[in-house]
Formats: sequence, C-alpha cells, structure tokens
Amino acid sequence: MKLRLPFAPLVALRFLREGRMQTLLILAGTTGGVAVIVFLTQLITQLQAQIVDRVLGTQPHVVIRPLEEANRRAFDDPASAVVIEPRAQRLRSVDQWESIARLAAAMPGVTAVSPTVTGPAFAVRGQANKSVALMGIDAERYRRIVRMEEYMVAGRFAVDGTRAVIGSELAKDLGIRLEDKLRVALPNGRDELLQVGGIFDIGNKDLNRRWVFVTLPLGQSLLDLPGGVSNLDLTVADIFDAQAIAERLQGATGLTVDSWMQTNAQLLAALRNQTVSNNLIRSFVILIVALGIASVLVVSVVQKQKEIGILRAMGASRAMILQVFLIQGALVGAVGSILGSLLAFGLLNMFSAIYRNADGSPLFAAELEPRFIVLAALVATGVGLASALIPARRAAKMDPVQAIRS
Amino acid sequence: MSDAVIELAGLTKAYNVGTPVEAEVLHGIDLSLAQGEFAALIGPSGSGKSTLLNIIGLLERPTGGRLSIGGRDTAELSEAEITALRGRSIGFVFQFHHLLPAFSALENVMMPAIIARGAPDDEAEATALQLLDAVGLKAHAHKKPAELSGGQQQRVAIARALALRPRLILADEPTGNLDTHTADDIFALLREFNRQTDCACLIVTHDPRLAARCDRTIRLVDGRIAADC
Repeated sequence: MKLRLPFAPLVALRFLREGRMQTLLILAGTTGGVAVIVFLTQLITQLQAQIVDRVLGTQPHVVIRPLEEANRRAFDDPASAVVIEPRAQRLRSVDQWESIARLAAAMPGVTAVSPTVTGPAFAVRGQANKSVALMGIDAERYRRIVRMEEYMVAGRFAVDGTRAVIGSELAKDLGIRLEDKLRVALPNGRDELLQVGGIFDIGNKDLNRRWVFVTLPLGQSLLDLPGGVSNLDLTVADIFDAQAIAERLQGATGLTVDSWMQTNAQLLAALRNQTVSNNLIRSFVILIVALGIASVLVVSVVQKQKEIGILRAMGASRAMILQVFLIQGALVGAVGSILGSLLAFGLLNMFSAIYRNADGSPLFAAELEPRFIVLAALVATGVGLASALIPARRAAKMDPVQAIRS
Repeated sequence: MSDAVIELAGLTKAYNVGTPVEAEVLHGIDLSLAQGEFAALIGPSGSGKSTLLNIIGLLERPTGGRLSIGGRDTAELSEAEITALRGRSIGFVFQFHHLLPAFSALENVMMPAIIARGAPDDEAEATALQLLDAVGLKAHAHKKPAELSGGQQQRVAIARALALRPRLILADEPTGNLDTHTADDIFALLREFNRQTDCACLIVTHDPRLAARCDRTIRLVDGRIAADC
C-alpha cells in the first residue's frame, strides 16, 4: 500500500521540494530562530532555577516572627506635643507558637514547619572568641527547611544534649575538629560547653562562620526563652506561592510573616527583568522568522502563478489553493522546530563543556526539557501558519486566467 | 436542442466596465455545441477567441447574455459550484501544455481526479496509466515534464484533459508550438478521443489545414461570429 497524501499536503510538499534553494534558506532561518529561542529559554530557565535554588538553599521560604514592639501615646490629646522614641527590640517568643505551627502546617502548600530559637552568642576557645548566631533547632524538622545533610563536610547533622553542629569557617578560625569541645558564652552571662558533632560548609563563608546549631531546649535555656521560639521557618511546595502563603498566614495570625520573595526583592526583580529581556529577544526572533517565512512564500506565490492557474482550471477551489500555501508555512515551521531543537541541544552541549563553575562542574546541564521542544514545535508551526496567511490568501485570490497567461 | 453540451445566447464580455477605458470584446455571441461535435474556432488575433474559450471554460464570467453547460445556466451558480463544474465537466488543453513541472507525467494526468476526490487513489492511477498508454507514453509515465519533448508534453496534457471523462474539451491552439508532423499527431489524437468518448471539442487554431479537418468551423471576427459552417 502506497502512502498517498491528500491534495493540499501533496502539492505543498512538491512545491517546497521544487523550490530547493528557497526552501533550504527559509528552513535554515527557521532552524536558527528556533535554536536561539530554545537555547536561550533552556539556559535562562536553568540558570534562574539555580540562582533561586542557591538562595533558598540557606534560607526558609517563609518566616513567622513576633510583631515588633512599639511605643504608643499614653493619651490622645492632640494639643500635647509628643516625641515617640522607637523601642529597642528584645528577643521574644512567638506567642502560642505550637498552635501557630499547627495552623501553618495545615495550610495548603506548606510542606514543612520548623521552630527555631536564635540569638547572639560568643564562641570561645582558649584566647580566641568569635561572635556567632546560636540556633536552637529540632534537627529532623530543620532538615526540611535547609537541606543541611547535603552540606556536611564532617560528622552528621544531628544535635543532642550538648552536641552541636558548626560551620567550617568557625571550625577553622578556632582550630576545631570533630568531637572537639567549644564554649559558647551569652551576653546574659550564661555559658555552656558544647561538643562538635558535625561541621558543615553551606557555600557561604559568613554563614559558615556564624551558625552554631544546638538543640531547641538548650537554645531556649541559653537565650532565656524557656519553651519559646523566636521564629517559625516554613517550606512551601511551590516557591513562587510563598508570598501568597505568607500573606494568608499574616492574616490568620496577626504576626510578622515574611516570604523569601520579600527578603530577596532585589533578586526577584533582577530575575524578572532578565525574563522580560528574554521575552523581548524571543519576540523579535519570532517576528524575524515570521517575516522570513512570509517573504519567501510571497515570492513563491508569484513564481507559482502559472501552476496555481492550472490547478484552478482543473477544478481546484480557492480554499484548496489556500491550504497548499498554509501547509507550506506550517511544514517549514514544524521541520524548522525539530532541526532547531536539535541545534539547540548541540549548543547546550557545547556551551556546558566550555562554561564551568569555579569548582569545575558545568555551569548548566546539557539537557533539553521535552516541554520546550513541544512548545517550540507548536509556536514555530503556528508562526509558520500565520506568516503563510497573507501569501496564501494572495494565491487563493489569483485570477486563473491571468495566472495562466503570464 | 436537448443534447447541447454548451449553449450561448447573446453573450457579451466587456473589460474595465464602468471606467473610461471600458472595452467590449464580445458582442452578443449565439452558439451551441452538441455532444460529440468537433468544432474549430478560428479568427484573427484579437478577435476574442481566447476570451470566448475562457468564458466557455468557466475561467471568466460573461458580462451579459446566457451561458448554459449541460443544460445548467451558469449565472445561477456560486463560485464554488462553478469551480466544481469546471473540474468535472471540462478538460483543458493549453497552447503551452501547462503541465505541473513538480509532478511526473502520471501524476499530472491523475491531478484532475486528485482535485475532484481530494486525494490520489488506485482508480485515478489506473485511469491515468490507461490514458498515458492511449497517447503512447506509458513508458514515460514517471518522467517529469521537463524530461519530455514538446509533442510528448502535449500528449500528456491531452491525457490529463481526458482524465475525468469530461463532456467538453477546450483546446487553445494545442498544436501552436509544434512542428507540422507532431501537430498532425496531436490533432489525430484529439479526434480519436472525440470519437471514442463522444465528448464535444472546441479547438482554437490558426492553422486552416487543421480547421478544415474539423466537422464545423466557427469564425470569429471583432467579437462577433462571422461564419459558422
């Protein structure tokens, strides 16, 4: 059984095959355009995801804190001149934190809640002392906020009794190795001898120097906050839902609730600007490809005048002629998108081999998400179809007599 | 006349109607062609032969008068119906063969059937092969038009015109650019098909020798029929 194409695709294919050079050029243009779009999209998506991942690797998506304390006017007499001094914020617990934690955990989109008590302290060893942030946590729960186990360079991320986890910079500064002792002293006069059970390297020197993890009860007693926590850290399923969830929580609890999107507003703005410029580039490339397809097809319609006239004389309707040229546009788009995706894959491979991180790992993975290929195919075919519209209508309108005579 | 394939009554054609350069090229043509008739349409250049042929072939619409094909008044038909009627009942043979260069001889002959039925099928291929055999080109069925001689191309064009067994064949100087010997062959071929299928043929020609071999000669001068015998 022979493969027999219907009229319109059959003639469209033959016309494309007949105009070899033109078809090749238009196909090369479309391929290049699709490759640029797919490559850029894949690259930027990956790099943005990496940046967000890196930023969120060391911070919770949402943080719940107590409201700041503020001084109020004792009496409302507007005639009295009053200077209200801002108040110093002391370390306070989140009121009713256990019920608030349950409320947060029950909120759709929230995947983890971890109570933390944190305050300033000094790490002291011999004559040396360093200012650190004491973090009282429940290791199991905290792990679901920051994937600490991925950052461990020695020992495990577990706190228990007086066993603590510190960063690699602090360990280096104080000459501490695993299982060594370390004293923490607090401004309130309390102190405690800790045993280092784990050392992490989170990829940020400042945090490596400052974070000292201890158990929640130890943190509470050292910071004079028995039974209390200074903040609740949350992880959400979709990081870009964080702001909405934070707002809902704020409404429900009346506490201060910040999402990573607020704390990293500048980063987010930068990412957004990058997306805008990427969209701009993509739009222009699409426009140029569309103009290319349209101009080649316009020329092709003029060249094929006689053939169009003959087909019309043999009973082909205007609609059939219209289809012939629309299909040509769509075919160029579809084939161009396949070739373009392949080219983009090649480019990704090449550039991931060239551009590497400081540690020698590739800056981005040489992989192409199938959804981008599908999207590119749809867009390119649609653009091909759309840009064929004007030439195709011109072909369909052609007077067969004029066409045959010319 | 009940068996008239085409019937023209008071048919006129003007170009640029309503503008200062309006020009009427056909002034009231009365003409009918019966089934199986083999007629020549002759006349000097500019007499309106091609225009008349195009109107009969439904490629152009008349300005006035009546044109019936197979008893149907074409004035009532929509654009789509006209196109369908043209494809089904009229076969064209042009002066310069007008084959589609991108398709083989066989595919060119199949094309009217492909258009009429939407896609190629076995029947169209069988008919096309038969027709190519009849015009003596079965061996060249898979060649492209460019690989054929002028006479061969015109034979393919005739085979194509016959593909859907039309009731009417319109030929515009089918032998115009061929040598005498080849022209005779092509003419003989048309005549043979005319006898076999009983289709009406209207052939525009400049060649008085060929016109003399037709059943009927219609002479057009300045957009009017000057002689019909």
